[in-house]
Amino acid sequence: MAILDKHKILETNATLLLVFSFLVVTIGGIVQIAPLFYLENTIEKVEGMRPYTPLEMAGREVYLREGCYVCHSQMIRPMRDEVERYGHYSLAAESMYDHPFQWGSKRTGPDLARVGGRYSDQWHVDHLRDPQSVVPESVMPKYGFLEHRKLDGKYIGDIMKANAVVGTPYTEEMLANAEADFRAQADPDSDYDGLLERYGDKVSVRNFDGQPELTEADALVAYLQMLGTLVDFSTFTPDASR
Amino acid sequence: MSKTPDKQPGDPNTTGHSWDGIEEFDNPMPRWWLWTFYACIFWGVIYTIMYPAWPLVQSATAGVTGWSSRGEVQQDIVSFEEANAPWNARLVETPLEEISADAELQQYAVNSGGAVFRTWCAQCHGSGAQGAPGFPNLLDDAWLWGGSLEDIEFTIAHGIRNEESDDARYSEMPAFGELLEKEEIAQVVQYVMSLTNAQSDDAAAQAGKVVFEDNCAACHGEDGTGDVFQGAPNLTDAIWLYGGSQEALTETVTYSRFGVMPAWENRLTDAQIRAVTAYVHQLGGGQ
Repeated sequence: MAILDKHKILETNATLLLVFSFLVVTIGGIVQIAPLFYLENTIEKVEGMRPYTPLEMAGREVYLREGCYVCHSQMIRPMRDEVERYGHYSLAAESMYDHPFQWGSKRTGPDLARVGGRYSDQWHVDHLRDPQSVVPESVMPKYGFLEHRKLDGKYIGDIMKANAVVGTPYTEEMLANAEADFRAQADPDSDYDGLLERYGDKVSVRNFDGQPELTEADALVAYLQMLGTLVDFSTFTPDASR
Repeated sequence: MSKTPDKQPGDPNTTGHSWDGIEEFDNPMPRWWLWTFYACIFWGVIYTIMYPAWPLVQSATAGVTGWSSRGEVQQDIVSFEEANAPWNARLVETPLEEISADAELQQYAVNSGGAVFRTWCAQCHGSGAQGAPGFPNLLDDAWLWGGSLEDIEFTIAHGIRNEESDDARYSEMPAFGELLEKEEIAQVVQYVMSLTNAQSDDAAAQAGKVVFEDNCAACHGEDGTGDVFQGAPNLTDAIWLYGGSQEALTETVTYSRFGVMPAWENRLTDAQIRAVTAYVHQLGGGQ
């Protein structure tokens, strides 16, 4: 056949073979990836999603640094047993401000996509300090040192700026007040009206780790207590065709 | 150069390719392999017709079976709920006190309540409800906020000292480190220890009794037996939430404690709350 004879041209020319191989892979990639950017049902519109506050963002950085994602997923799959245990299955919109996302693929520990509000702050502090003190069968390492590592929020604005570059809608005002908001969220005696104005009334302002200094434990607990609580499920009707 | 063996009679044709004198027989593919290959292509086509597959302009093709992972989980949940609906309806309709009289219903409540407990409660209260330092043991007779069915249900629904529920049980012990002298705290700690016959300094305990009556008795009672209406623990029963040692008590008096329990009214259904109430109540300490 004529076309198969022409194939010999490719097989005997390494550079040409490389170019055409690349072309084939590109087409395959485009077919799989491109629709995600224009299909209207990729990320559904939900109410309540907001960019993370500076303190939560700092907690997320601790989460990444300590590799929590190695043992904990943040992705509740649409199966009854998961929904029963963890709550409503995860929506794409819920990780839209995660750069990178924390879906994970391994569960040595439980899924954390909706851990927010499930336990008290004190439980989180006790559990980070000594997981076996509250869950004797746990194999989680101890993270008590987080309580001793103070944070001043000096660079949190930069981290937020980096996230803004890749698409998180932080406003100029949010970036300008990053350090003040960072401190305000962990101090219920502070003037946190600006923080609530910028990020919404549902933001929790508490001394998360219960000690006077602002530490990594404050940031991590603030992040964990927010996880999965942003979307307002009272106004959300899942479209079954996704 | 080695000599290329000549083609023998009966050999299949060659493909005609020749690299450095190496040639290739043009053998046909094994039949089983070829037919499996065709079957896979056929299956692929059918699959994309049956299930969601091809991205179009607005959305992807839905597939003629109408299957979706969300639809499937929804169906699973609905069929499970339908199976349990008669039981749950009975559980919600029956007054809490009368559940235990109906053996079948009690069994349903305890089993399903146990599942709820192990999913949502065990992380703090322990998988056997034995508690942990700072998180109450639910097996004993000591109840901070009351151990009747009604009290337990209210506590589960609204929680304790949380920000979610307006009806959350609330009380706050002052941090006496700001109100009392160190010596007074030491004395009152000795007095509290003497209440449970722990080894204590008699003279300090005598002085501590006065401090106790002035500062602590309003909530914990003159005799230190506590008050469930304010969640003030009984100090005479030798059951300690945060520890009964001198160090732990000194810390409690100096900085106070502020145990928080989340409200479950928005996470669990009424039937689930009643089931877990029945479960906790029958563990041993229910009043």
